[in-house]
Amino acid sequence: MPRWFSARRLVAGIPALWLTVFFLVPFLIVLKISFSEARLAIPPYAPFLTWLHGLPVPGIHLSGYAYLFTDPLYLRSYLYSVMVAAVSTLMCLLIGYPMAYAIARSSETWRNFLLMLIVLPFWTSFLLRVYAWIGLLQNDGLINEVLLRLGLIHHPIILLQTDFSLYVGIVYSYLPFMILPLYANLEKHDTALLEAAEDLGARPITAFLRVTLPQSVPGIAAGSLLVFIPVVGEYVIPTLLGRTDQIMIGRMLSDEFFDNRDWPVASGVAILILLALVVPIVLLQRVERRNLETAK
Amino acid sequence: MRRRGLFSRTALVLGLVFLYVPILSMIVYSFNNSRLVTVWDAAHSPTLKWYGVLLSDGEVLDAAWLSLRVAVCAATASTILGTLAGTALARFGAFRGRSLLVGMTTAPIVMPEVISGLSLLLLFVALEQAIGWPQGMGALTITLAHISFCMAYVTVVVQSRLAGFDESLEEAAQDLGARPAKVFWRITLPLILPAVLAGWLLAFTLSWDDLVISQFVAGPGSSTLPMVIFSKVRLGVSPDVNALATLMVSVVASGVVVAAVWMRHRQKRRERDAQLAAAANL
Amino acid sequence: MNAQPSTPPDPAAPYVRLQAVSKKFGEFAAVDTVSLDIRRGEIFCLLGGSGSGKTTLLRMLAGFERPSAGSIYIDGEDMSTVPPYDRPINMMFQSYALFPHMNVEKNVSFGLEQERLGRSEISRRVAEILEIVQMSPYAGRKPHQLSGGQRQRVALARALAKRPKLLLLDEPLAALDRKLRERTQFELRNIQERLGVTFIVVTHDQEEAMTLSTRMGVMDRGQIVQVGTPAEIYESPVNRFVADFIGSVNLLEGRVAALGADDLTIRCDAAGCTIRVGRRVECAPGDTVWAAIRPEKIALASEGSPDEARAENRVRGKVREVAYMGDVSICLVEIDSGKTFRVTLPNRSGIAAQRNLRHATVTLSWEPESPVILTR
Repeated sequence: MPRWFSARRLVAGIPALWLTVFFLVPFLIVLKISFSEARLAIPPYAPFLTWLHGLPVPGIHLSGYAYLFTDPLYLRSYLYSVMVAAVSTLMCLLIGYPMAYAIARSSETWRNFLLMLIVLPFWTSFLLRVYAWIGLLQNDGLINEVLLRLGLIHHPIILLQTDFSLYVGIVYSYLPFMILPLYANLEKHDTALLEAAEDLGARPITAFLRVTLPQSVPGIAAGSLLVFIPVVGEYVIPTLLGRTDQIMIGRMLSDEFFDNRDWPVASGVAILILLALVVPIVLLQRVERRNLETAK
Repeated sequence: MRRRGLFSRTALVLGLVFLYVPILSMIVYSFNNSRLVTVWDAAHSPTLKWYGVLLSDGEVLDAAWLSLRVAVCAATASTILGTLAGTALARFGAFRGRSLLVGMTTAPIVMPEVISGLSLLLLFVALEQAIGWPQGMGALTITLAHISFCMAYVTVVVQSRLAGFDESLEEAAQDLGARPAKVFWRITLPLILPAVLAGWLLAFTLSWDDLVISQFVAGPGSSTLPMVIFSKVRLGVSPDVNALATLMVSVVASGVVVAAVWMRHRQKRRERDAQLAAAANL
Repeated sequence: MNAQPSTPPDPAAPYVRLQAVSKKFGEFAAVDTVSLDIRRGEIFCLLGGSGSGKTTLLRMLAGFERPSAGSIYIDGEDMSTVPPYDRPINMMFQSYALFPHMNVEKNVSFGLEQERLGRSEISRRVAEILEIVQMSPYAGRKPHQLSGGQRQRVALARALAKRPKLLLLDEPLAALDRKLRERTQFELRNIQERLGVTFIVVTHDQEEAMTLSTRMGVMDRGQIVQVGTPAEIYESPVNRFVADFIGSVNLLEGRVAALGADDLTIRCDAAGCTIRVGRRVECAPGDTVWAAIRPEKIALASEGSPDEARAENRVRGKVREVAYMGDVSICLVEIDSGKTFRVTLPNRSGIAAQRNLRHATVTLSWEPESPVILTR
């Protein structure tokens, strides 16, 4: 028995150890540095412990946080990011739900093919696909060209670097993350329930609202969280497609880090984003665990 | 009934169009002789000019080679770690630290990359100060960083595969005298191998594709392919990037097609075998 | 694997002993303080409905569940700390659990490979066991290329390949159709006798239990209610549950009217009859008891004199339904009080005779030794 037990320890322990070192500990370091003072040094922050009369004193500077809380730019960026994430999640849901529904209702052979079509873009570079939209949305891009040729407009519309292009980019990139959990849920629905409802006199819309929709809530929850949480801190899409006058918090973090070399403030931003995301992340784990259990 | 089906099917078609138009436009314009997207230079197009530019660009080739090496190593290591974690979570029931392991394997999937990248860089800097390793940022730090977020994805894939796996097969093997390690090696692993391979491919793609985390943890000397692409496209459309996109899409598409065809072939053969068996009298 | 004992084993000593074994899942006791002895060489069936705990008990024997309380001894050895792969037991799973990525031969040899036997020895034993289950020509096939019955044989061969002293079978015949089931029942008995293996079979099918077992145990809600040979269980159930669970039975509730040295008279008001049994039963006058009368032990005669209804071991009623089963007919007879008797009649004279019975007034009667008197 002891032999078996220690093999178990290894199986669970090795990945746990790796993740503790490379996932957990880094967060603690971020937390620590968010409390330190920026310095013109390598690395550009004050050491954690300073020695005062032979005793270690942790150097806690709240100047970084003070800056974050008082500078209106940060608050606006923060709120903007959350709003963008919420709206994109909703848009992904509205577009993705019918698509997932259609796939779940199609025949076996079609289903695999359609799923493959949905997932295929995911396997090609995310960066390149976002880049593709630049070509489509720019003033001399494809969309403007088509609209001009059709005579619908007379001057190119500014499509790029607007909220519009931002949402297009986000929905485009994150749609599979909404469709797949929704599909996984919808696929399990017993069509006999819908037939029973209709047999009892319910119109299709009613049957959908009263039978299908409530059952698909776990899928909706999983998909929404899988989109919302990462979008809050998105960097690539806002940088390539988003507005220049209002930037998202992920970009602020990166700028603070690379351009201003202010590691403590950048760490502070990271901690604040994390604090906002703790609740959604815990929610997601609950939803996923329940989905896994019902799958057994 | 039919009307409802029509609505969702229309949405599906439109959605698929939405998904594929950008990709197709990139592919088409990679053959356009003109730099400008709007002008199709009919006189000189289609052309492979940009492919030539792409493949002779040393920076791109070096970056691609680095990305490839990193992706292969990261994918392999993450697959091993992720399979271990997935097995532990799916089979070990409750154990001390299970919730922690669950948290650490689901959070990286949704964690905004700027946070992951920042935290890993700070880790490497702190480590370098404390024990002198890793010395400077480069391929090693990129690989370590990629392993750390890719393994979460592999864990999810393996864990969900094992959850749907018939445990009576493992029990039967144990009943016949095989110890748990043997059971895993000879029964479980061969049967979940497709999922493990899918996990490897997923990890490879994520590593190959990664921009933000790489930006944080790559040193001044190393650039991955996404980093090179990013610096190019910040300045606007660049047709050699279109060429690269076309190449990547072609590779992926052919891989998927091959896999799909092979799986259908296997499916057909299984169905035929089952029919033969049922037809044969006992 | 255990070393052979130096003294020859007592053939009557229990090979498997369960002592006060319980298994709790939270508050729910799937198995509740079960004590059982199983002898070497017998086919023992655990019979019960779903939720009776029989499968949990089997899994504890195999080692896949740990008892919450109690001990399990196999061949004298305490199995509490012994994992499934070290137990001298093999199991045949309900779903067969054949390894889909291995062919028949590899499936069967898997267990032998764990014992580190030589290649030629393994081949020999695999060939031998495949011969016994008549699957030799299919050695190269994979499970998905076999029919249900063939897979079952392979599962059996795999479980027997290691020549275990004890074989556990989880609903072995459940997935087979009727004809196949009958044939397989006899084949299982033959194999068991030939190899001398002790079988423990778990089933919900009482026909299966009656045909296969040398002894059986009836389980209900985690407890073993009665243990005995099929005949003992059928003819002498210890309580109403067992009487009702095995086969069909007519249960008549009544009061003890008179108690003699070797007879007993019961008055059943609900059925409007008096039952007299020609043997001694442990009870007191005035007690509530139940008489269990099997349908095949009731004689059915056309209407006789009205007085007969008041005589003992007799009751009058009207035939409500006749179900023609081919070899027998099942008659549902409603008596005055509203209670329905179930009577089984052999179809000696064919269907025409049975058709005339419908709506006829008849007299049911039975021999004094037919009813089983149950006090609980």
